[in-house]
Amino acid sequence: MAKTSAHQKNRSYTNVVYATPVSEHPSLDEVYEVTPFSEAFWTYLNYVILNIFGWFRDLLRNARIENRKGSAENNPPGFVPLYQSYESFYTRNVYQRIADCFNRPIGSVPGATLDLLERVTDDYNWSFRFTGGKVKTINLASYNYLGFANNSGPIVESVINSIKTSGLTAASTTQEFGTLTQHRKLESLLAEYLGTEDAIAFGMGFATNALNIPTLVGKGCLILSDELNHASLVLGARLSGAVIKVYKHNDMNHLERLLRESIVSGQPRTHRMWKKILIIVEGVYSMEGSLCKLPELIELKKKYRAYLYLDEAHSIGAMGLRGRGVVDYWKCDVNDVDILMGTFTKSFAAAGGYIAGKKDLIDHIRVTSHSTAYATSMSPPVVEQIVSVLNLLLDNDEEHEGRRRINQLAWNTRYFRQRLTKMGFIVYGHPHSPVVPALLYSPSKIAAFNREMLKRGVAVVTVGFPATPLVLGRVRFCLSASHTKEMLDEVLKHAEEVGDLLNMRKSKLNPKRPFHETES
Amino acid sequence: MGSPANHDNVASLATDFYSLLESFKETPFYHLLFEIFLVLTVLWLILFRKPRRIEKKLTEKEKQELIDEWQPEPLVPPVDANHPALNVRVLDGIVGKTIEIDGKKSLNFATFNFLNFVGNPRITDKAIQAVQKYGVGSCGPRGFYGTIDIHLELEERLAHFFNCEEGIIYSYGFSTVASIIPAYSKRNDILFVDEGVHYAIQKGVEASRSTVKWFRHNDISDLERLLVEQDIHDKKNPKKARTLRRFLIIEGLYMNYGDLCPLPRMVELKYQYKYRIFMDESVSFGTIGQTGRGVTEYYNIDRRKIDLISSSLEYSVGSIGGFAVGSSFVVDHQRLSAQGYCFSASLPPLLAAAAIEALNIMEEEDTTLCDTLMEKSKRLHQKLLDIKGYLIVGEDISPLKHLRLTNSQNTVARLEEIVEFAQTRGITITVARYLNDEHRLPEPSIRLILNVEMTDEELEFLCTVLQEARVKVTV
Repeated sequence: MAKTSAHQKNRSYTNVVYATPVSEHPSLDEVYEVTPFSEAFWTYLNYVILNIFGWFRDLLRNARIENRKGSAENNPPGFVPLYQSYESFYTRNVYQRIADCFNRPIGSVPGATLDLLERVTDDYNWSFRFTGGKVKTINLASYNYLGFANNSGPIVESVINSIKTSGLTAASTTQEFGTLTQHRKLESLLAEYLGTEDAIAFGMGFATNALNIPTLVGKGCLILSDELNHASLVLGARLSGAVIKVYKHNDMNHLERLLRESIVSGQPRTHRMWKKILIIVEGVYSMEGSLCKLPELIELKKKYRAYLYLDEAHSIGAMGLRGRGVVDYWKCDVNDVDILMGTFTKSFAAAGGYIAGKKDLIDHIRVTSHSTAYATSMSPPVVEQIVSVLNLLLDNDEEHEGRRRINQLAWNTRYFRQRLTKMGFIVYGHPHSPVVPALLYSPSKIAAFNREMLKRGVAVVTVGFPATPLVLGRVRFCLSASHTKEMLDEVLKHAEEVGDLLNMRKSKLNPKRPFHETES
Repeated sequence: MGSPANHDNVASLATDFYSLLESFKETPFYHLLFEIFLVLTVLWLILFRKPRRIEKKLTEKEKQELIDEWQPEPLVPPVDANHPALNVRVLDGIVGKTIEIDGKKSLNFATFNFLNFVGNPRITDKAIQAVQKYGVGSCGPRGFYGTIDIHLELEERLAHFFNCEEGIIYSYGFSTVASIIPAYSKRNDILFVDEGVHYAIQKGVEASRSTVKWFRHNDISDLERLLVEQDIHDKKNPKKARTLRRFLIIEGLYMNYGDLCPLPRMVELKYQYKYRIFMDESVSFGTIGQTGRGVTEYYNIDRRKIDLISSSLEYSVGSIGGFAVGSSFVVDHQRLSAQGYCFSASLPPLLAAAAIEALNIMEEEDTTLCDTLMEKSKRLHQKLLDIKGYLIVGEDISPLKHLRLTNSQNTVARLEEIVEFAQTRGITITVARYLNDEHRLPEPSIRLILNVEMTDEELEFLCTVLQEARVKVTV
């Protein structure tokens, strides 16, 4: 792999027309470097200091020596307090200190570059004030994998046209009068793209999971869900009423053990046989950057006659030779996955979710889904955006724009990951996933990294507890096909600087090497 | 003969016993201890130990057999191909005051288009401008660069419209209330919920895992009974009662019944029994009250007494999404704890721009739109009462009414026939669709929705057609 990238570096990338597909054997080498002891120690110490300060400040606030910031209840006394004070301890004392790193408002299309609205705080992040200025930054934060977030071009023209001809909403549910011809067209194109018999689309990705998993499994069923599954999958599983067992992330041995034990012992207490077993996994996990082990999952599923639910929120369009997701990447048969689910927010730059599979599955969902019976159908301009993108990805145009973007994303991913790893950052995840987390461990470092990168004109996402485990705070880069090599080089240069400033380039597996650019 | 021998025996016994005791004294201590321990163990075994059923562990072979034998149910049960959800009408064009079906134009009394903002040219222009500035999708959740300035503007405008401190928007109407309730009400908290609330609220209540107490639809005395019961329960354990939060979940105008909630009495009870009110005004926003500010305006109640008002942008406003308004103290909590807000992508900017323009129109028109709508609703109500054979469910000022057939003739099949007939005559109406696992399934009905731009002649025409349909169906 190093040889190919050295060779490619000598070509000019000012106008990338990368026609050769990046076809490699899907590799299984995901690496998770062990947390260095020193990092763990300093991170725990960091939390201890924050806790001590937090406790002290709470004491001052309760004794009214310090003013209580934030708003107060407007009901007369006698009501049970709405929030427990210990629940919001973390929010008040840790999150509030670094609140300027989150919820940053933007003022432009979330493409390769982003215009952030400049805001300042006069009282240590309790309230913000907009100065009216805009900061131009390189955007490694938005989920724009194929670079379709644009505000001009042929796709935008067709979207504008559809607003004029179909309005913004049908104001009715799918089962009543909300189904338009565009929805049917979207569903048939989607089924063609994914290679399944039928598909159905919904207006919100989160709701697709939360409202449809209860229609597939219920009481008396078993759900085996990965440790790091998204909140929408967890909510859908809980609402269904089935028994949920969690297995360690991507650990197929643990999953098999759980399957065997569960089938043998049956339902808890009554020991009746389970009605169904559903395994819920994601294609690409957005916090770890890891891929699910699909071939092994399919093998397990067939051996134990379970059903497989694959959530491709981050992987549809971004993984695979033809951009058809992890099924395409691992070269598996799409009919082996019982329920394919995905969202349109990430690679398609629209909004909404879908479920695809066999025709009787989709018919059942059409009849029993909470969303088709009670929620308004998708907005026509959003549907038009997805249909246009699908047409490009199906390779129906002469310029092969879809193919170009898929290849560009794959190249960007490999290049960025390689260089970041060589710099000595501890990078998690699969080498081919466009989500690149680099570990920072402590909450102060995640705030510092975020602010330093913003000063240098790069917008990144840094996350800490509770989205990640306590000591594993990280920065997560989301690559896009619209990033040029120059942009990535600039980002890497800044990351190198900030990494040195924060002393984060201390990977033992990939010790940092001085990296000199041979091109200007 | 007896006694000397006995005497001898007794004496010998006594001697034996005495020598036994002597021997006890001579034995080593540990020996004694051990013997006492053995005796006690035997006693315990006999008296106290319950016989344990020895469960034989399954052998690997047996386990494999069980695994091989197990057969799951099919993933989905067979579905009736004639189910109406599989045979929906597919429409084309703008679904506004009139719809084109099979080439014919028909009047639309079926979609939630109360203020006729669908297809409004001003809103269309603003949406197009937003697409040309921001593109279509926002590509991220609110926490990670998905907050666009237009979202902040919409939240401010909504808060200003309702004269509340803060507003928050969601990207899907169904998920709004279904995410709000679990954000505040946790396990062991108490929810007093009206039985007639719509499905999204029921799902929110289920997701919260709290103790739910249902009271009969719009029945204040039933609610009071539950409150009194809870009060008695609290007095037995006051320490625990001080940690349990209580909420009342109601709708302003009920979607399944078309009637208003008795809000003044509920606010009185709030201060008496110390619960918080979460009101869902999806249907009443923009339609009830002189300027469309909902049930609180209609009853002239101070909006600060309601802890949280949630609503939908999908009905009167003609966009997509939902929102909640209230005091900062209450609303701000959702920014970190409401699942549908934190873990979901934000609303596409073009839909937010459309909502802002719709609010502009509502504020400009001020009383004209809503007053007109309430007047027309009253007139329609009168006209419908004149038709024989229908039971009209709902308030007279409500633009959403439910029509049922009288007596025992009220079945879905008959109502579908009426709908079919009306369609041939150029009126589009719909049977209200529900899922079977509603908490209290409402009776079958036709949901009539009034559009503010309908003229009197069109309302007359609707009533004529309904009358003819009734006659046709009973024959």
